[in-house]
Amino acid sequence: MAYVKFTKDHEWIRVDGAVATVGITNFAQEQLGDIVFVELPEPGTTFGKGDQAGVVESVKAASEIYSPVGGEVLEANDNLIEGPNIVNSEAEGDGWFFKIKISNLDALDDLMDETAYKEFIT
Amino acid sequence: MTGNHSLQHPLQSTPLRDLHGELEGQIVPFAGYEMPLQYPLGILKEHLHTRSAAGLFDVSHMGQLAIVGDDPASVIESLVPGDIMELEHGATRYTQLTDDNGGILDDLMVTRNGKQLLLVVNAACKVKDIAHIRSALPNGHELLELQDRALIALQGPKSASILSELGSAQLLRMPFMSMAEVKVNGIACRIWRSGYTGEDGYEISCRAGDVEIIARLLLENKAVEPIGLGARNSLRLEAGLCLYGHDIDCSTTPVEANLLWSIGKRRREEGGFPGAEFVQRQISKGVARRRVGIKPDGRAPMRDGVELFDTEGVSIGNVTSGGFGPSIGRPVAMGYIATRSARAKTPIQGNVRGKMLDASVVRMPFIEQRYFRG
Repeated sequence: MAYVKFTKDHEWIRVDGAVATVGITNFAQEQLGDIVFVELPEPGTTFGKGDQAGVVESVKAASEIYSPVGGEVLEANDNLIEGPNIVNSEAEGDGWFFKIKISNLDALDDLMDETAYKEFIT
Repeated sequence: MTGNHSLQHPLQSTPLRDLHGELEGQIVPFAGYEMPLQYPLGILKEHLHTRSAAGLFDVSHMGQLAIVGDDPASVIESLVPGDIMELEHGATRYTQLTDDNGGILDDLMVTRNGKQLLLVVNAACKVKDIAHIRSALPNGHELLELQDRALIALQGPKSASILSELGSAQLLRMPFMSMAEVKVNGIACRIWRSGYTGEDGYEISCRAGDVEIIARLLLENKAVEPIGLGARNSLRLEAGLCLYGHDIDCSTTPVEANLLWSIGKRRREEGGFPGAEFVQRQISKGVARRRVGIKPDGRAPMRDGVELFDTEGVSIGNVTSGGFGPSIGRPVAMGYIATRSARAKTPIQGNVRGKMLDASVVRMPFIEQRYFRG
């Protein structure tokens, strides 16, 4: 069954078996403001846990996106290239950044669940 | 404008600080002041609203100064390259305080108001400017800091109809870069037709105790939204206007900064301002680098500090201001480029996070300026 976890860098990761979808949280997009550019990883790229996987730029500043787990990128959300503002409107849905094949499921253990993340941002 | 602020001193606030809070402005430290970065509308929409209707800006952190005395115009001409002696009553000029090398200490607006000159200088520079100007004042002249005055700007195509309804029809007729004493809802104001967005609009100076009344009156109009520093920056960037501390500073001269238009013929010939010999030599012999507009081909913004290269991979300069231009829907930037590459349409590249991205040199402004020339 799919479940969602969160990082301290305000990424969310929805895990479905060995495949996960990664994006930034609604809290993060609110803090960033109007998002105008997203740099996504190439499918086939391999990341270690915590590696920089992309960049999101708002009208204010550029921020890095880190991979919450290690693994191989399967797909990037190309819709964000022409429509980066989808991240503002649908941060935790259609505004996902990339899908990754998780190399080690144990890496999920130290991520926050939704309750812990909500506490983290308040 | 500059973003530098000192951590050693407590932040100052403007007379509109409480109103910014009431309007849910996101308050940030800026040039030693607590200022609104944005309101709930957000930078992008604040920017677009200003270009389509009207935006209200608190610029009370800027320094409002007056020089009084026998001949303030010739005194200030010893410090700036602009033509000030020619200014008629109520006329305003953009100019720069220069140092002995022709570097820019600050940029400012100078207005003749009867026998006195009114100056508006950048917040982060004002203490230094005041000392600099005072040290140059001959006997019989005095520099006053008008600390009891606030300054707000109303910018955008609907500004004229909105403000004239509260003021007088004179506001409709007055041309860009002029000042008049006008009452707004019975409150005495000095109003300039000027601003820093590329749009038609006004800057309104009044007693600090009166500014909130005027701001609230303007905000009662549905066409007026409060606008923060974020959109102020993107608006001025699209308009091709310099941000002090980024696009101009002591290391750049007015010629390199592409501000030669602000130096009249007489001043170019006669000199008589600090660093004149350097500026005159640059006018006649040319400069090694120039401030230009830069349009990235892709969607990635090229921000302050991005290094620029020619198509051969040779470093030719740096971005000094850059970001997303909401009215263009694309990134825009300005920076200094070696003169050989500074011609419009020259293809260049910017190093963004280690990637060489294509861009080209373009003419500024990025948007059509809509000043009212009368």
